[in-house]
Amino acid sequence: MTTFYRRLPRFDYVQPTSLDEALSLLGRYKADAKPLAGGTDLIPQVKGRDMAAPRVVVDLKAIPGLDAITYDATKGLTLGAMATIANVERSVLVREHYPMLSNALTTMASPQVRNRATVTGNICTAVPSADSAPTLLVLEAVLKLVSQKGERLVPITQFFTGPRQTVLTYDELITEIRIPSPPPKSRGVYLKLSPRKSMDLAVVGVAAFVVRDGETCKDVRIALGAVAPTPIREARAESALLGKKLTDESIEEAASAASSECRPIDDHRAAREYRCDMVYVLTRRALTQIKEEAL
Amino acid sequence: MKEIRITVNGKPYELSVRPWATLLEVIREDLGLTGTKEGCGVGECGACTVIMNGKSVNACLVLAPEADGKEITTIEGLAQGEKLDPIQQAFYEIGGLQCGFCTPGMIMSTKALLAETPEPTDHEIRKGLEGNFCRCTGYTKIFESVREASRKSRR
Ligand SMILES: Cc1cc2nc3c(=O)[nH]c(=O)nc-3n(C[C@H](O)[C@H](O)[C@H](O)COP(=O)(O)OP(=O)(O)OC[C@H]3O[C@@H](n4cnc5c(N)ncnc54)[C@H](O)[C@@H]3O)c2cc1C
Ligand code: FES
Ligand code: FES
Repeated sequence: MTTFYRRLPRFDYVQPTSLDEALSLLGRYKADAKPLAGGTDLIPQVKGRDMAAPRVVVDLKAIPGLDAITYDATKGLTLGAMATIANVERSVLVREHYPMLSNALTTMASPQVRNRATVTGNICTAVPSADSAPTLLVLEAVLKLVSQKGERLVPITQFFTGPRQTVLTYDELITEIRIPSPPPKSRGVYLKLSPRKSMDLAVVGVAAFVVRDGETCKDVRIALGAVAPTPIREARAESALLGKKLTDESIEEAASAASSECRPIDDHRAAREYRCDMVYVLTRRALTQIKEEAL
Repeated sequence: MKEIRITVNGKPYELSVRPWATLLEVIREDLGLTGTKEGCGVGECGACTVIMNGKSVNACLVLAPEADGKEITTIEGLAQGEKLDPIQQAFYEIGGLQCGFCTPGMIMSTKALLAETPEPTDHEIRKGLEGNFCRCTGYTKIFESVREASRKSRR
């Protein structure tokens, strides 16, 4: 039987006002500390006792500049770790240069949650259904991880290691997500399937991104959410299309490859066979949308 | 305990709070403003919606110390004396409620929606209220109330 907890367990709260201070707190408390961004995952997890209560919650929201959203044609987009989903989704820069990211974020949760939650927090949860993940995978985002010992850049393709598991160590923070400028003649689409239109997790999420040279696909990137222990890139489906034209036949082939590769869980939200079938349908639909959009 | 200063419905408060208390607990229990409801307690239902520095948030997902220095509006802050806010008036006239438990949250979400989008499309109304659950009405009258509120607020 599940127990319904009304109160949070005890913990302490600190609000560092510089990155150095935050990192030294994490260095000191290690596994006993938990970074806090929007709290829209952390608070329900801790309240439901799904996650052990941290000794101290380290709120990152008072660190200056961490919520910046900047764009530069050569460097691409940089999302500060505290940039909220609502601010990224509505950013004119994001809407203009990365419409698929803005659209993917709109499918998430509610206005109240989007006002607090961050894109970085979404990635850090590392749940297989995290809605920003497939899009960030096809846009080939790079994460900047910082600790007192130094910093490292981790491509998002190497970030997730399992359900709710990442390469982040206890004393590390993500400070920014860098997203390269999409090449000219590229188009991307994220499609989310969930039983309800709002406030529901993806049963399957598919992101497709295609760069064309004339009619042929010179770069194809397909990523899937909610069908494996982590969000994944789908290499077989990608190579099925590479160097070909987008036609009903080639799209069909890529969609079949995507669904034959996926290894989803079988749970109360959807059966394994259903998820695989839906990977096929959504991959085909996403690629067809890309094909039909004028370049 | 943590010392915080918050402004609620225009009134400043200095409070001493437990670090693990939520803003919802502070509003309901420390300030006695029980118009803001607790449904699920984990961000799913929207009954606890308040406006913090101009944005709608789930008060059950905000820690009390996170609210330090913030300006908060709850359902009690809308009416001016006996005069209802146009949104409240619209819900009352159209009958956008049955048991009323979800209503404060619905009205606060509507407030945030109309502040940003005074003339929302049908789709924008649905998106604006997607984080608020109602277990009674079936939503049709709530939706109509929001439309009417938009009309009234512009008059
Ligand atoms: C009602 C509701 C609906 C939701 N719907 C969706 C949905 O449709 N799709 C979806 O994908 N998710 C959904 N979520 C989950 C959640 O809102 C998102 O994953 C959100 O993006 C988390 O961001 P946050 O800033 O709130 O993270 P937090 O809860 O603050 O943090 C999440 C985790 O990441 C860690 N963390 C945060 N920032 C950093 C950092 N900079 N460096 C290192 N670690 C960090 C925290 O310690 C914590 O473990 C929903 C949640 C709720 C409550
Ligand atoms: S009580 Fe806060 S969203 Fe349900
Ligand atoms: S009126 Fe009863 S829950 Fe909405």
